[in-house]
Amino acid sequence: MEVADGTPLKKSLARSLRKEKLRALALIAPLLIFVLVTFVLPIGTMLTRSIDNSIVEEILPRTVLALEDWNEKGDELPNEMVFRSFVEDFQDAIADKNHTKIGSRLNYEVSGMSSLFRKSARKVKKWDLTDNAPIKQKLIEVNKAWGDVETWAVIKTHSVALTNGYFLNAVDMQRTPFGAQAQPENKQVLVKLFIRTLKMSLIITGMCILLGYPVAWLLANLSNRTSNLLLILVLLPFWTSLLVRTSAWKVMLQNQGVINDLLVWIGLITEGSRLEIINNQFGTIVAMTHILLPFMILPMYSVMKTIPPSYLRAAKSLGATNWTAFWRVYFPQSVPGIGAGSILVFILAIGYYITPEIVGGTDGIFISNRIAYHISSSLNWGLASALGAILLGVVLLLYWVYDKIVGIDNVKLG
Amino acid sequence: MNLSKFLVTTTALTLSAGIASSQDMTIVSWGGAYSKSQLKAYHEPYSEKTGVNIINDDSSAEAVAKLRAMNEANNVTWDVVDVVAADAMRLCDEGLALEIDHDTQLAPAPDGTSASEDFGELIVSDCFIPQIVYSTTFGYRTDLVGDTAPTSVCAVFDLENYPGKRSLEKRPINNMEWALLCDGVAKDEVYNVLETSEGQDRALAKLDTIKDSVVWWSAGADTPQLLADGEVIMGSTYNGRLFSVIEEQKQPVAMLWDAQVFDLDGWIIPAGLSAERQKRALDYIYFATDTQRLADQAKYISYGPARASSAPLVGKHADLGIDMAPHMPTDPNNAKNTFLYNYEFWADYRDDIDAKFQAWLAQ
Repeated sequence: MEVADGTPLKKSLARSLRKEKLRALALIAPLLIFVLVTFVLPIGTMLTRSIDNSIVEEILPRTVLALEDWNEKGDELPNEMVFRSFVEDFQDAIADKNHTKIGSRLNYEVSGMSSLFRKSARKVKKWDLTDNAPIKQKLIEVNKAWGDVETWAVIKTHSVALTNGYFLNAVDMQRTPFGAQAQPENKQVLVKLFIRTLKMSLIITGMCILLGYPVAWLLANLSNRTSNLLLILVLLPFWTSLLVRTSAWKVMLQNQGVINDLLVWIGLITEGSRLEIINNQFGTIVAMTHILLPFMILPMYSVMKTIPPSYLRAAKSLGATNWTAFWRVYFPQSVPGIGAGSILVFILAIGYYITPEIVGGTDGIFISNRIAYHISSSLNWGLASALGAILLGVVLLLYWVYDKIVGIDNVKLG
Repeated sequence: MNLSKFLVTTTALTLSAGIASSQDMTIVSWGGAYSKSQLKAYHEPYSEKTGVNIINDDSSAEAVAKLRAMNEANNVTWDVVDVVAADAMRLCDEGLALEIDHDTQLAPAPDGTSASEDFGELIVSDCFIPQIVYSTTFGYRTDLVGDTAPTSVCAVFDLENYPGKRSLEKRPINNMEWALLCDGVAKDEVYNVLETSEGQDRALAKLDTIKDSVVWWSAGADTPQLLADGEVIMGSTYNGRLFSVIEEQKQPVAMLWDAQVFDLDGWIIPAGLSAERQKRALDYIYFATDTQRLADQAKYISYGPARASSAPLVGKHADLGIDMAPHMPTDPNNAKNTFLYNYEFWADYRDDIDAKFQAWLAQ
C-alpha cells in the first residue's frame, strides 16, 4: 500500500508518529531539563557521597600506598617506612590545613581520632624530615595512640576510594579489618528505626483510608451545596501551617491538656491516672493521620465523583442489599482513588521529620530524624546519604510491589 | 510604553530588588530574644556608626551543615556567623572558618589588657571569638515540688522526694555528666569514667532509673513551656530562657543553678570570603566584641559577657529595670558548682556516645 507521494504506508506512518513524539518531547523538554538539573543531579550527587571515600586517599596518599603491604589483622605495628610516609603526608596536610578534616572523618569509625590528629599536629608540624632519624618511636612518644595497632588498622581499612562502610553502618554493621561485622548491640538502632518507620507509616495509611473513605463518600454523594461546605472544612486545615497543627495537637494531648482535663472533669478517669497520649507512638499516629488525611480524601473524592450513581441504584433494583451493592459495585470502582491516596500518604509519611520530633517522644521517632542529625550535627554526610539511599530503595521496591499487586494503571487522580 | 519594554523594565526592577547592595552584611544568629539583644547592642550602633546595612538571618541551628554546603558550592553568602563553641571547633577543623589572631584583630580592654588575656581560657579554638557565657541548668515549679525546694542537681534523679515528670535534652551531652555525678563519681573523674564503655553504660543505667518520668526536649523553648503548663515539675534548658519565664512572664518557676554546665557562644568568620567582605567582617567583630558592647548585650538578656573586663560594667535590664548581675550564670552565688563543657572530649566521643544514647532511647 502506498500514500500519495509514493512512499509505503508503513514508512509514512512511522515517520509521522516519530514527528509526533519529537514534538511532544520538545514540549516537555524545558520541564525535563529543569527537573534533571534541579532535582535529579543534586540528589544523585548527594547519593554518591554514600560510597565516596576519596578523602583518605587524597590527604594521605603515601601512607595508603605504604600500608598496602602491612597486615592489619595481625598484632604488629607497621614498619618505619609507613611511619615516615605518614609523617610526610601529615606535614603536607598540616600545611594545607586538611589534617583536622581527615581526623574528623576517621573519628566516625573510632572515637579519639579527631583529637589525636589535632593534638599531634602541633608537635609534628615543626619536625625536620631531612635528617633520616627514626620516626616511629618519635611519633609514638608524641601520642601513645600511634603505637596502637587499631589506629593504623582503621586508616588502612578505610582507605579505599569507594567504600561500603557507610551502607554497612546504615544497617547496624561496621567495616572492620576482618570484614563486615555487626555493631555492638548497644549501638544498634537504625534497623529498628527503619522497621518502625515502615510499620507506623503503614498504620497511618490504614487509618487514613478508614477515616477518609466516609468523608470522601459524603463529599461525592451529597448535594453540591452541602458538599462544597464540607470541602472547605477539609481544605482549611490543609492550608494551615504544619507546625501550627502539630503544636495544636500538643495542647490537646498533653498530660494537662484539653482531652485529659475533659475526661477528668467528666469523671471517666481519676486525677492520678491521666492518659499518656503524647510523646509516644500513639501521639505520632494521631497527629500524622490528621495532617495526612487531606492527601487521602482529595484523590478519593475526585475518583468517586466520576462514579455514576445509577450503578448503585441498578444493583439495588436487581435485589442487592445495601452492603452488597456497596461492596461489589461501588467499592471496586473507587479502588483507583484509594490507590492514589495510599501511595501519596505512605511516601509522605515515611519521610516525615517534624511531627515525630515534636510529639513522638522516644518511641515515636522516625529514621528521618537520624538522617537530619547526621546532616546537621555530626556532618557524617556519607551515613546520611546511605540512609537516604536505603529509604529511596525501599520506596521504589514498595512501588514495584504495588504495581504487581494492584497495577499502576489502576491509579487515577480523577 | 509597549509590552516588551514594560517586561524588560519590570524584570530589571525585580532583579535589582533581589540583589543586596555592596554595603550590606549578612549576620547569622539564633533568633528570638538572643538575636534581639544582638540587634540592640551590636547591629544598631554599628549601622549608625558606619552606615553598613546588616541583614539578619536566623539559621545558626543549621550553620555547620549550611557552611559546608556553601563552601563546596564556592558561594559563601554569610559574613559573620554566631555559633556555639563546639560548632566553632568543628568548623575550624573542617577548614570552614577563618583563623583569627585575637591580639591584633580584637580590641584590647580599656585598661590595656590584650584581648587574649581578657578572654582568657574562653578562646577554645583559633577561629572562635567568644561572645557570651551561657549555661544549661534546671528550673523547677515552686508550687509542684513539695515543701523542700531542691538544691542539688541530684534532685532530678530523686523520684521519691520529687515525684513527677522531668524534662531533659534529647542528647547525651550534659545528661551523662549529671548522671555520673549523681551516681557517686567525683567531679574531676567524670570525663575519665565517661571515656570507657563501662562508664557510659553506668551513666545510661542511672538515667534508666528515671527514664519513664522524662519528657525529652529538642528546642530551648520546650522546657519553659512544659514548666508553665505544669507538664513537668523540673526541667533543663538554657538559663536565659528560664530568666525570661521567671522575670518576664512571672510564672511560679525558680532556678536550680547547681551543676550548671557553662557553654560558650560566639562568632566565626566563614572562610572563602572576598578580601573586601573579610575586612568588613573583621571590622564588625572588632566593634561588636569590645568591652562596652559585651556589657551592653547583658542589658537585654541574662547571658554573661565573655570578657573579664565587661563584668563590672553589667547594669540593669533595659525594660524591666532589674539588676542583671544576680541573674548571670557567672555570678558567684550561682556559680558555686559548675562544669565547663568539655569541648575536646565531646569532639572525640560525641558521635559514638550519641549512637549509644539514641539506641538506649529507642528501647
